[in-house]
Amino acid sequence: MRREAAPRAFPSSLGIGIYANGLPALRATRAGQGHTWSRAEGWGGGTFIRLLVYSFTLFCLAVTTADAAQPFRPDPLKSGIDFVGAEVRGLQQDDFASPAMLWATRGEKLWATPAGKSGKSCASCHQDARVSMKGVTAKYPKVDPGSARLVNVEGCINICRTRHQQAEPLRYESDELLSLTVYVGLHSRGMPMAVTIDPQNRRNFERGRDLFYTRQGQINLACTHCHDRNFGRKLLNDTISQGHGNPYPAYRLEWQTLGSLHRRLRACFFGVRAEMPPAGSQDLLDLELFLAWRAQGLKVETPGVRR
Amino acid sequence: MTVARLLVPAQAKRGEFVEVRIAIQHPMETGFRMDNNGRVIPKNTISNLVCRYNGAEVFRAEMGSGIAANPYLQFYFVAQDSGKVELDWVDDAGAKGSASAAIVVT
Repeated sequence: MRREAAPRAFPSSLGIGIYANGLPALRATRAGQGHTWSRAEGWGGGTFIRLLVYSFTLFCLAVTTADAAQPFRPDPLKSGIDFVGAEVRGLQQDDFASPAMLWATRGEKLWATPAGKSGKSCASCHQDARVSMKGVTAKYPKVDPGSARLVNVEGCINICRTRHQQAEPLRYESDELLSLTVYVGLHSRGMPMAVTIDPQNRRNFERGRDLFYTRQGQINLACTHCHDRNFGRKLLNDTISQGHGNPYPAYRLEWQTLGSLHRRLRACFFGVRAEMPPAGSQDLLDLELFLAWRAQGLKVETPGVRR
Repeated sequence: MTVARLLVPAQAKRGEFVEVRIAIQHPMETGFRMDNNGRVIPKNTISNLVCRYNGAEVFRAEMGSGIAANPYLQFYFVAQDSGKVELDWVDDAGAKGSASAAIVVT
């Protein structure tokens, strides 16, 4: 099940087919013509053969479109925690020793702290997070009905702050926003990732998927090259994981602090020497949606610990 | 706002070894790093941490640049009387923090 990276310029269903079934004929032809057609003409241009080839091409298109919602997914799915050593795994499993839990403790306090002109806290509307936030992170990112834009948990917290608390939105990657995100995520821990792709977010999903398969930067690698084809192997001193977002926001020993998924994604863009999209940008949100879809069924580990 | 977590078992038998666990949210700046403008970020570590059990000092730590951010500490003492375990710390910048937990000894 090895796939070619598809160029980003494929917006149509044909592009989907590239990842979906990997038929060599389709992969070699940029717009469904070229190789196949020229061969047909080379055989003398007989109408029957032409028709045969044409109908075969249509058949391929139909097959690939039917399968379109199924880009490659590693099988079996393995969480990043399976690629780290025993010490890091132990740190994640121990709720006291895990430094990430400090942010969760702080998030719990912030949850009950009033903010903004409304004088409301998160708890004023959502009451007990253990009940109201159960399973929420597992279903994000989602399209916010008010603005019809894709938002992740961080975005949703900021929407709540501006819309309902009349407070300033929190800066992305600030300790406050991370703490609240971790606290919300904590109540989904152990639940399977379960985003749904529907007509509202399909466009975002497709953009995220295209980004995942697009070669980037001076190193000229796409996400797929490491995380679909080479997981479990070494990149310098590190073991490459399948690249799932299920532990985020996570404490990374390398960072010596907690960080969001977008910070981690930016680190990958930096690694291949590509331009890093800003945290919270549309590119990263779309990618986050695709990653969440790709990790469907993996358990949420927020707040995780990684190297 | 910094967070300090202190975990002491709620109950213990007299004469028993009691495990105390401490986790503090702190950047533990080494003093060797520079910011984006090339200026040295001043050293800021938890210079003094004291843990008292019913007023008597049972543990003291002086931490420097060699300790990672968000330090985690663990030690034991012998339970004698019911009472309070108190944690106080101060860092190089003068910021102070504290936490406390109750223990019932039977």
